[in-house]
Amino acid sequence: MTKTLNDDGAPAERTLLAPSKKSRPPKKKAGRKSPMRVHPALWLFPMPAVILLVIFMAMPTLQAFHYAITDWNGYSATFNYVGVDNFVRAFTGDILFMNAVTNNVKYMLVVVIVQTIVSLVLSLMLVRNTRGGIVLRALFFFPTILSSVSVAFIWRFIYDPNFGLLNSFLGAIGLEQFQGAYLGDPAQAIYWVALVQIWAHSGQMMVVFVAGLQAIPAELYEAAELDGANRRQRFTTITWPLLAPATAIVVAYTTIQSFKAFDLILGIAGNPPKSSVDIISTRIYTTFANTDFGYAAAQSVIFMLLIVLITVLQRRVLRLTQKQE
Amino acid sequence: MLAKLGRRGILAVYAIIVLVPLTIVIFGSFKSTAELFNDPFMLPSSFAPTNYQEVLTGGDLGNAFLNSTIVALISVPATLFIASLAAYALSRIQGFLSWLIFGFLVLGMAIPAQTNMIALYVLFGQLGLLNSLAGLILANIVGTMPIAVFILTGFMKTIPQQLFEASSIDGTGPWRTYRSIVIPLSAPSLAAAGIFLSVIHWNELLYPLLFIQSPNMRTLPLALLSFQGEYQTNYPALFASVMLASAPIVIAYVFLQRYFVAGITAGATKG
Repeated sequence: MTKTLNDDGAPAERTLLAPSKKSRPPKKKAGRKSPMRVHPALWLFPMPAVILLVIFMAMPTLQAFHYAITDWNGYSATFNYVGVDNFVRAFTGDILFMNAVTNNVKYMLVVVIVQTIVSLVLSLMLVRNTRGGIVLRALFFFPTILSSVSVAFIWRFIYDPNFGLLNSFLGAIGLEQFQGAYLGDPAQAIYWVALVQIWAHSGQMMVVFVAGLQAIPAELYEAAELDGANRRQRFTTITWPLLAPATAIVVAYTTIQSFKAFDLILGIAGNPPKSSVDIISTRIYTTFANTDFGYAAAQSVIFMLLIVLITVLQRRVLRLTQKQE
Repeated sequence: MLAKLGRRGILAVYAIIVLVPLTIVIFGSFKSTAELFNDPFMLPSSFAPTNYQEVLTGGDLGNAFLNSTIVALISVPATLFIASLAAYALSRIQGFLSWLIFGFLVLGMAIPAQTNMIALYVLFGQLGLLNSLAGLILANIVGTMPIAVFILTGFMKTIPQQLFEASSIDGTGPWRTYRSIVIPLSAPSLAAAGIFLSVIHWNELLYPLLFIQSPNMRTLPLALLSFQGEYQTNYPALFASVMLASAPIVIAYVFLQRYFVAGITAGATKG
């Protein structure tokens, strides 16, 4: 919002401050045009960041591609090049890796769908800046700032099958038949962890939605109301389409978060986690910790390409939703 | 009317879902194991800090607290400084090369830490940075540099260009401009980005797990993770450690809530 204001306001004022012989630049390119002379020393300013990232991020990442085609164990002086063997192993011969991928996809689907709905509903209810709304938003946002390990400890107690809060509560209100083993149930464990992620981050995504909702001009609703649109019509014709960019951001961010849930998984299930809650990032770490560096590197390359692919796809979707407006 | 009641009902239920686990941690950190299991919701019978003493002395959490503090106090300002230098230059210089440098710097956001951790581990071994706080600080700075540059460049682009043109007419060099114009004008954005970085650096688990071997070099998240095996179902001790590890961030949240929301939301939406 502020950005467009500046871009619009800039050309008029600039001609006042520094009148140029050229005619006013076309409004569309204002802000980008009439480049001021850049002091040569300004080029030095990005250099510390560039040097750090070349040495400690770009080169290690390229090195991962290199390790990925070797059988290096992390400590031997020598290793062999094995071509694409590590990749073949990941996709065909390794039950543990495919299990981690499957778990991660289940985890992602539950977190993305449920968390988006929960945060959207909360934001619709708390969009106004009333006193109560502000207090509740602050409360709902709060779990986001806790470390995942802390959050994991809280929920380990809640889920504990013997002494845990959930089973005691169900027992106390006479619903023993719903008591479960939660994290101890291999078929369900990953979904119970997904609920923890949703608990911790719905408030964060709610804030993104609230910002999106508050950017919708109130006049649109007033006009719709005059036209006799009911609550549901107002939502489907105004709120939902205009909220599309915020929705795209929430879905994109939540998807990436559910691939990065490393801390939460380790906090809740220990290191290394059992296979029922193993996800891609924890599997790579375990492979690495077992000094299978070459294979871990191959897994990490697959992981990176997967994340890049998802990001690119989502950028596409984001652009599509914004065009619809 | 019915809709209003339904709205209140949903908000009340969600408030309970958020509050109950938090209350249980606060109360539970003062309880004995038996007391927690029998009356999880009740106020503790005494507020004697037995569990806190246990994790601080027995679990050496005080030392981990100190390590985390040292790491965050250095890595957060260092990241802000280096990233703001880059953001300032890249928001002012136009053209292909500037775009290319910006692209390179923010590309790191797409690289999962698990991808470069293996070679980083080898490199840190060669540089003697394993098992040291210096290594953790460096890893934090590098790990969050892309997102910090991205957020700060976005913020700095909103500083009106005329201000810089005025100062370049005065013949002020870029370093003076950075100190006397950029930093004061972007103080609120730097605060928001600083909070965002503090939360990440304070809660960082992967790098300590990767680089730290000796218990006396542990940071809080790593110490907590080791408690999981050590204390098993001694939840009151785990809760006391959660309380201690979260205290600085929670206290900061109470006073600087606006910056938390702004910073963390910028991290989400711009990342």
